[in-house]
Amino acid sequence: MIKTHRIRKSTVFLVLTIVNVMAFSLLMLHARSVQGRAGELLASSSRIARELQLTDLCLFTEARYTRHPAMGDVHAAFQDHPIALEHFPSGSLVPAPLPLVR
Amino acid sequence: MNRTIERHKNILEFSLSSLLRRKTKNASLLAIYTLIVFAIASLLFFLSAMKREALLILKDAPDMVVQRMEAGRQDLVPLSYAKEIAALRGVREVKPRLWGYYYDSPSGGNLTVMTAEMPAGFIKIGSGVSRLRRATAADVIVLQSYDNEVPLMLEIEEVLPYESELAAADLVIMSELDFRKLFKFPQGHATDLALTVANPRELSTLAGKIVDKFPDARPILKSEMLRTYDSIFDWRGGMMLVMMIAAVLSFIIFAWDRATGLSAEERKEIGILKSIGWETSDVLLLKFWEGAVISLSAFFFGVIAAYVHVYFFSAPLFQPVLKGWSVLYPQFKLVPAVDTYQLGVLFFLTVAPYTFATIIPCWRAATIDPDAAMRS
Amino acid sequence: MNMISLTNISKSFHVGKASQFVAVNDVSLDIEPGKVTILKGPSGSGKTTLMTLIGCMARPTSGRIVLSGMRAAWMASEEPAGVEITSLPERFLNDIRRRTFGFVFQQFNLLKGISVLENVMLPAYPTGEDHREFAKRAGVLLEQFSIARHASSPVEWLSGGELQRVAIARALINDPSVIIADEPTAHLDTALSREFMTIVGTLKKAGKTILIASHDPIVFDSPLADRVVEMRDGVITSSGPKP
Ligand SMILES: Nc1ncnc2c1ncn2[C@@H]1O[C@H](COP(=O)(O)OP(=O)(O)OP(=O)(O)O)[C@@H](O)[C@H]1O
Ligand SMILES: [Mg+2]
Repeated sequence: MIKTHRIRKSTVFLVLTIVNVMAFSLLMLHARSVQGRAGELLASSSRIARELQLTDLCLFTEARYTRHPAMGDVHAAFQDHPIALEHFPSGSLVPAPLPLVR
Repeated sequence: MNRTIERHKNILEFSLSSLLRRKTKNASLLAIYTLIVFAIASLLFFLSAMKREALLILKDAPDMVVQRMEAGRQDLVPLSYAKEIAALRGVREVKPRLWGYYYDSPSGGNLTVMTAEMPAGFIKIGSGVSRLRRATAADVIVLQSYDNEVPLMLEIEEVLPYESELAAADLVIMSELDFRKLFKFPQGHATDLALTVANPRELSTLAGKIVDKFPDARPILKSEMLRTYDSIFDWRGGMMLVMMIAAVLSFIIFAWDRATGLSAEERKEIGILKSIGWETSDVLLLKFWEGAVISLSAFFFGVIAAYVHVYFFSAPLFQPVLKGWSVLYPQFKLVPAVDTYQLGVLFFLTVAPYTFATIIPCWRAATIDPDAAMRS
Repeated sequence: MNMISLTNISKSFHVGKASQFVAVNDVSLDIEPGKVTILKGPSGSGKTTLMTLIGCMARPTSGRIVLSGMRAAWMASEEPAGVEITSLPERFLNDIRRRTFGFVFQQFNLLKGISVLENVMLPAYPTGEDHREFAKRAGVLLEQFSIARHASSPVEWLSGGELQRVAIARALINDPSVIIADEPTAHLDTALSREFMTIVGTLKKAGKTILIASHDPIVFDSPLADRVVEMRDGVITSSGPKP
């Protein structure tokens, strides 16, 4: 008698999908639980922001306008590297002249 | 009920066998698809987390910031403005702020200098600065002051906590005295004014009054800051999207080609299935599973990988784009922000079009008469 | 027992067009249960067409086909008078076809790249039967036709004779009572054709009703053939002695 009843591909796929759904749900639960603790995680950030009256994240520090986008000048939506010449709008894409930076 | 499940399982079984016949092709298809879902989901996760973070900062931001313009450029505000504005009805508090940027040429970092109540000669620094200058508490940092003669020697009193990186990585906080020394900052002036008002709904009226009184003043409302933030993320996000579009497009063409180009071979197979007793709906179910297996797996793999990428590893793959040419980049751990609606849309866009593109071209072929295979 | 009876069956193609063509013309025939019936005739005489009508793959333009001695899932009980299949809705027709008929095609029509075992099981997939059940049956069939050692190889690795046996095994997977084979020996050499007839002998012994279209003497001259029906231009010219 040959072995005809091996593990079926469809079973493997369904198990894989269930594992996927479970992993996905676990991550969503993770998101929830971290969000629950978000207050304390972000406490020091918000304390500093409150004390210094910060208006922005420091995600982008390469230029003045990126550090404080909220403070940017309407007429100069894009400003440049601290030692680059200001040129709009390519200043946000073109770095400062190398000899000056070094 | 059981029969329906068994039927699905049986047909799914054959879909998988069918997909496995072109192993490399379908595996690469799955890989590319996963990669695209991964990239888009990473972007969604990243942007929603960032927006959340920014909102949190802006929650405690001043209701209004007043700048002074000189010939269209931002300039220092005389403290006399502060007194007069404070006298306006509805203004609760006016706080002149002293802050500026310091380009640290040895390291190439662009620091943000702010002032706080603290003893002269001491500073607090963000952990990004600490990393950049390899200095921690009790070390002394030398800053080049604007009068070129005397470098400023400042002792680090405290390094701001690591958790605050996203807000404070590039900060150097010093006393007003040191600040004025460092920048030769004129007495009687501030960088800008931070206003707190009694009733936030009167903000725009108040802004109008301020501009009336000082035509060179530029009030920036909190709502404008929020708007700027939205657009800045949309802009950076948009830049990344543009880069992804090429990948997405080529995938669409690839998928389209694969899905719509029903080969003679496939047509013949459908004929055979019909002739051995499969119904039209069975064939369509087969094609449905062929599409769903790939797209469903791609969705889950992509989204799960994106979650891990963004929330466990802080989106390292985005850093080159986000960093720009900055030397000082915050190390942060994002608090997960999952937008169910966006994920739902992503799910729909991933699974539905691909599955339909697999089924639709088979529609006609699936309706051929079962006797066709008898005469091939 | 299963019995198929055809009354005044006609099948026309391209009805109403200039190219209208009558492939089967007013055929009446009773096919005995448990017997081997051979359809014989020159090319284009309508053998294949007639078989697709009997096998519920196509509907006749006119006439009646009555199946008796069968029971489909949707029937409360076995219809004593038989079922008139020509007017049945598509779904029911399909159901009858799956349970009652097993087909062996001239080109074998096996799916490339799919294993022998799975090819054999394919007709059972959409029935919703428990996988274990038909997998077991498939195993038995593969043993019976001595192709069990190829069970997991793709069909393209097999020789012509083996392919033929896989095709027969596939026709038997749903345990049909009628086997319909259209020119089953056209691609086989003499030895393999004889082997095929041996298998037909076993099937006959197992009580299957067998209908074969062929112009191969090995088939219609075989002692197994209970009845040889001759066709020409869509008409039965000789329906042979009723066994
Ligand atoms: N779908 C169709 N449309 C038009 N004509 C058809 C169609 N199917 C069959 N025919 C015609 O019907 C006639 C009978 O064909 P059929 O295939 O039944 O013959 P046959 O006896 O099986 O021939 P062979 O021995 O070559 O297989 C042929 O002339 C064929 O051209
Ligand atoms: Mg024929």
